[in-house]
Amino acid sequence: MQAMKILIIEDDREAAAYLVKAFREAGHLADHAADGLEGYGLASEGLYDVLIVDRMLPRLDGLSLIGGLREQKIETPVLILSALGQVDDRVKGLRAGGDDYLAKPYAFSELLARVEVLARRRGGASAEPTVYRVGDLELDRLGHCVTRAGKEIVMQPREFRLLEYLMKHAGQVVTRTMLLENVWDYHFDPQTNVIDVHVSRLRAKIDKGHAAPLLHTVRGAGYMIRDGAR
Amino acid sequence: MTALGKLFRTTVFKLSLVYLVIFAIGAGLVLMRVGMHVKELFDDQIDQTVDAEIQGLAEQYRQGGIRRLVASVERRANQPGSSLYLVTTFAGERIAGNVAQLPLGVLERPGLIETRYARMDGVVAEHRALARIFLLQGGFRLLVGRDLEDRETLRGVMLRAMLTSLGWLVLIGTAGGIFVAMRVLRRVDAMSASAQTIMSGDLSRRLPQSGSGDELDRLASSLNAMLERIGELMKGMQEVSDNIAHDLKTPLTRLRNGVEEALRHERSPAEYRASLDKVVEEADGLIRVFNALLMIARLESGAGQETMQDFDLAEVARDVAELYDAVAEEKGVTLTLDADGPLMMRGGRELIGQALANLVDNAIKYGAPEDGADREKIVKIMAQRRGARMELTVADHGPGVPAQDRARVLERFVRLEGSRSAPGSGLGLSLAMAVARLHQGALRLEDNEPGLRITLDLPAGRRP
Repeated sequence: MQAMKILIIEDDREAAAYLVKAFREAGHLADHAADGLEGYGLASEGLYDVLIVDRMLPRLDGLSLIGGLREQKIETPVLILSALGQVDDRVKGLRAGGDDYLAKPYAFSELLARVEVLARRRGGASAEPTVYRVGDLELDRLGHCVTRAGKEIVMQPREFRLLEYLMKHAGQVVTRTMLLENVWDYHFDPQTNVIDVHVSRLRAKIDKGHAAPLLHTVRGAGYMIRDGAR
Repeated sequence: MTALGKLFRTTVFKLSLVYLVIFAIGAGLVLMRVGMHVKELFDDQIDQTVDAEIQGLAEQYRQGGIRRLVASVERRANQPGSSLYLVTTFAGERIAGNVAQLPLGVLERPGLIETRYARMDGVVAEHRALARIFLLQGGFRLLVGRDLEDRETLRGVMLRAMLTSLGWLVLIGTAGGIFVAMRVLRRVDAMSASAQTIMSGDLSRRLPQSGSGDELDRLASSLNAMLERIGELMKGMQEVSDNIAHDLKTPLTRLRNGVEEALRHERSPAEYRASLDKVVEEADGLIRVFNALLMIARLESGAGQETMQDFDLAEVARDVAELYDAVAEEKGVTLTLDADGPLMMRGGRELIGQALANLVDNAIKYGAPEDGADREKIVKIMAQRRGARMELTVADHGPGVPAQDRARVLERFVRLEGSRSAPGSGLGLSLAMAVARLHQGALRLEDNEPGLRITLDLPAGRRP
């Protein structure tokens, strides 16, 4: 993962300082704006890969800020942070032009994974390949078939979508809630380990009998598919 | 306020006063009507007898001339009684009779008249009379009448009787009003005294009831039912806050203990890492509980309208079944789905999905048959349309929920004995209930014989 330029627009200085430090430790460049207007000024130059915007900001609130940027045709991906509940808030945030939404309090690993996926979206604006490849694992999106080392693996439709999402973000951490959101299209916190069970089934299908595992568990964060040989 | 002032201010007293006035006016009207009727009867009778006498006297005049008439009139006039007679010439000069004086012009008008007159018997007193004047052949005028003293006396008696009885009526009515008002006032005073006690903190007190089943009793029993409900709610609130204290304090204590334990001795980095991981885990659990509580509160205050959309409930059932299929299988539970779609409805797709996920999660966690029970581990998910409503049902063959606990398990943090040790926040059903309420629906818990059968009953909310 190459370094991203991230702008954090957050009025809580302590939280912002923590985020800036954490993103820098993760190998990214992070700037901080303490209020809506300052953030708007910095973001409207269009130099950032991802914006992290708190919903409630002094001087210019988060949703208006996003609306203003979108009006100026600045399409930098935006992740909205909010301390409010998740019921209507997510819908409002996404409607205002946000690309992703995370309720406070959150785990940094979750935020990092989401920001990296958003940045990738910006970088890879070119057409998605029709075949994803990770090591000797191949997923043909048009032909709906999966092969490993040339041998076909039979997949249920949902397993196929799960693998497709993981392979689309190969080399990136994908969290459980991201999987539930993108593969099942639900945005709640799965109480039990439902996602883990699905992933371990998938793992059994693609990694069993192969020396090099491709699907890895990232402790405290989620999952990642990558070619271990590299 | 003085006791008397309080009494006069009561509704009962005011009502009895109003009733009294209306009754008195009514009684007065009736008596007046009776008085008029009596007068009419009296006058009618006089008219008839006077008429008969005139006929008789006119007959005598026809047969014996003025001389015979005068003799007849003199004879009758000298008899005691209230009868009046007068014979005059055409010019009005008196020939015979017991009437001394009449107002001017009375004799000119034939027919029945009521007039003043003066009697002949020396006493020049004004009297009233009802009389008829008859014009005889030859220009003589004949007056026959009756004194009205009897009638006036009767009317006076009646008037006095009427006034006296009205007086009594008012007196008794007022006394009755005061008596009834005092009785009511005493009971109201007792009720408000009880209310004061209750307000000052004794929520177990109830309003007194006389047992007569009257309106005050009914009011008291309604208020008592209300107090009962308030008491229950207070108890529920108490339980919730106790449970919050327990369910949040326990992980907080574990979290704190973990940190203290880690700080107590020097440790290897790996041990620190393990301790900190546990701390994060506990914190995540706490955040989850807070989020769930917040979400329930927001749903109960009506949030979620933004997420309402038209969607296929059968698809949601399929999604959730598919999501939990793997977990169920891992626990040896068979998860079956019965949802013939599409079942289009309007609502919060994700909220309903989450509610269903909670129900399925519960069924898999707690819905396993007791050890040794010869029953299949099976959880059924069903989605179906029932008229204008949609039903999402999750049924298991587990130990079920006893009928007396069914309302309680929907409350926040309530976890039945035996499930307290299993992981979970006790908020899953509360959330499902809040989702049901947001959609003006209901959450029903029934006996699946054996096991538990939970139905999320939602209005389809969509024009067909």
